[in-house]
Amino acid sequence: MSPGVNWRLNMDKRGQTTAMGVSELVEGYPVVSAPFGQALVTAGQRNEKILGLTADLGKYTDILPFAEVFPERFFNVGMAEQNLIGIAAGLARTGFIPFCTTYCVFATRRAYDFIAIGCALSRTNVKIIAGLPGLTTGYGGTHQGIEDLALMRAIPNLTVIDPCDATEIAQATAAIAEYDGPVYMRLLRARVPVVLDPATYRFKIGKARLLRDGTEVVLLSTGLMTQRTLEAAVELARQGLSAAVLHVSTLKPFDRETVLSVLERVPCVVVAENHATTGGLASAVADAAIDAGLPLRMKRIGIPDEFCECGSLPHLAQRYKMDTPSIVAAVHAVLAGKPFSPAPVT
Amino acid sequence: MIETHPCHPALPLDIPHLQRVAQRLRRHMLTMAAGKGQGYIGQGLGVADIMAALYFHEMKYDPQNPAWEDRDRFILSTGHYSIALWAALVEIGVLPEDELTQYGADGSRLEMSTLDSTPGVEMTGGSLGHGLGQGVGMALGLRLAKKTSRVFVELSDGELQEGSTWEAAMAAAHFKLDSLVAIIDCNGIQADGPMVLNMEPVAEKWRAFGWRTTEIDGNDITQIVGALHAARSASGQPNAIVARTVPGKGVPCIERCEKAHFLNLTHIDWNVARRELEAQHG
Repeated sequence: MSPGVNWRLNMDKRGQTTAMGVSELVEGYPVVSAPFGQALVTAGQRNEKILGLTADLGKYTDILPFAEVFPERFFNVGMAEQNLIGIAAGLARTGFIPFCTTYCVFATRRAYDFIAIGCALSRTNVKIIAGLPGLTTGYGGTHQGIEDLALMRAIPNLTVIDPCDATEIAQATAAIAEYDGPVYMRLLRARVPVVLDPATYRFKIGKARLLRDGTEVVLLSTGLMTQRTLEAAVELARQGLSAAVLHVSTLKPFDRETVLSVLERVPCVVVAENHATTGGLASAVADAAIDAGLPLRMKRIGIPDEFCECGSLPHLAQRYKMDTPSIVAAVHAVLAGKPFSPAPVT
Repeated sequence: MIETHPCHPALPLDIPHLQRVAQRLRRHMLTMAAGKGQGYIGQGLGVADIMAALYFHEMKYDPQNPAWEDRDRFILSTGHYSIALWAALVEIGVLPEDELTQYGADGSRLEMSTLDSTPGVEMTGGSLGHGLGQGVGMALGLRLAKKTSRVFVELSDGELQEGSTWEAAMAAAHFKLDSLVAIIDCNGIQADGPMVLNMEPVAEKWRAFGWRTTEIDGNDITQIVGALHAARSASGQPNAIVARTVPGKGVPCIERCEKAHFLNLTHIDWNVARRELEAQHG
């Protein structure tokens, strides 16, 4: 099948990934420009305590719409991620609601102690919005946030969200602005596809959503991988297989109740995440199943235990078996009881 | 010389009174350390004069309401100096004196490293290099909220080795946070003993980062108060006070201890220590 993905806008004339390209563009879907920035402006108009901060990545994390509307409430602290989070924690202690933007790799690798102590331990009302999750950049190991969800999930008190599309980013931004506590949210930036219907989809912190019901296999996914699990479900239906799609955008707190209720009914699952297969959604699902004593047949779609290559996004998705055809292949493997390795074909 | 506080016009400057307060803070610290038999008493005694000057002269603070939103903030970035903060909070009336014996005990809120769940603690310290960044955020937030409150951040010389401190120092100067005062306790020790990495010249570093900087004897109340007063005026620059202190100051038997980060005090005769303290200050 064709995954129906048009990557051209991510690439320059030579077919290489542009550094500052869009997170992802899926043909056939409408797009919204900077859904996070737009939603933050709306939240900022409702609540004057909301501030915008960035560490020299304002242009590339969609926060400039906020900076343009509220210049006096926007602070660029320079290339200093520890200080970005530290200043945000201090601002939160004086009653403000700072939204900080940088990339996943910089927030989690460089500022980990500051998130753990300054935000999570003290429950300060800091929102960390992190771009370039997983394989949404072709810049390789320095820029691809492959283990950020694992790092953030391990911190007590922190809420961790990986939105699917423009609809969810807008709704999640509004929700976390209302929520009193520290949040780490992954960002899809620039022209972001609308996959979930804004008229019917309702994001709620800590709530998984069954987007499509099915009886033979569950496609359980987070972040932009839900775009692909929805496509895979369509392809599987064409092949005569009934696949449910359960979207778990809040990694923490993890919606065990909903996940287990679906898996008890259909204990055969392919978990797909734009992240390492260790420590993220697949691990959370496995933990929940083990704790509940629920036997599962499960395959994992995600990044193997290695730093990824540089390259164009379609190349990377194929290379690391994270594209839609790989999800379909994993479903056939799990139904047949055959191995499906997330490791790349070398 | 009588000076008044801009926020507390009725509060005159009384150096002998502040010296007596500092002595009481040291007495509280001896009570805590004697109960625990170990701890960061050297550092605590070293900053007792600074704590007295801040809480009993310079800061706008209501002990009846330690969460008062117009208060000045004091951040103890070196959370392991908690013994000094507990002494000040007891002396000013935020915490009850009978809790002093609970320092470091199981279940006590007077932890050996600060947690912000204890009343009067503005920030959880202990992981060094956090205080100045959060202080910058607080000063920025208070300015945005149009408050006149000031922010005092205690740092240590060892802590200057944390790069995050300098990230925050750059930002404070950039944002012209003249309501921010960093007090750098230069006592010459860090976890592995005497300074393992030379931080001198400390004052020149702060000046180079754009801070209005002064260097004082951090155990001389007159000098401390003078530096705090000098930092009051709006200058468009954050303020750094490089305070040279003596670990164990005021209690010779502790001053004579090895210059160590963490003291095991089983050999200390606490009656002797108390007598020494009273003899020092009369």
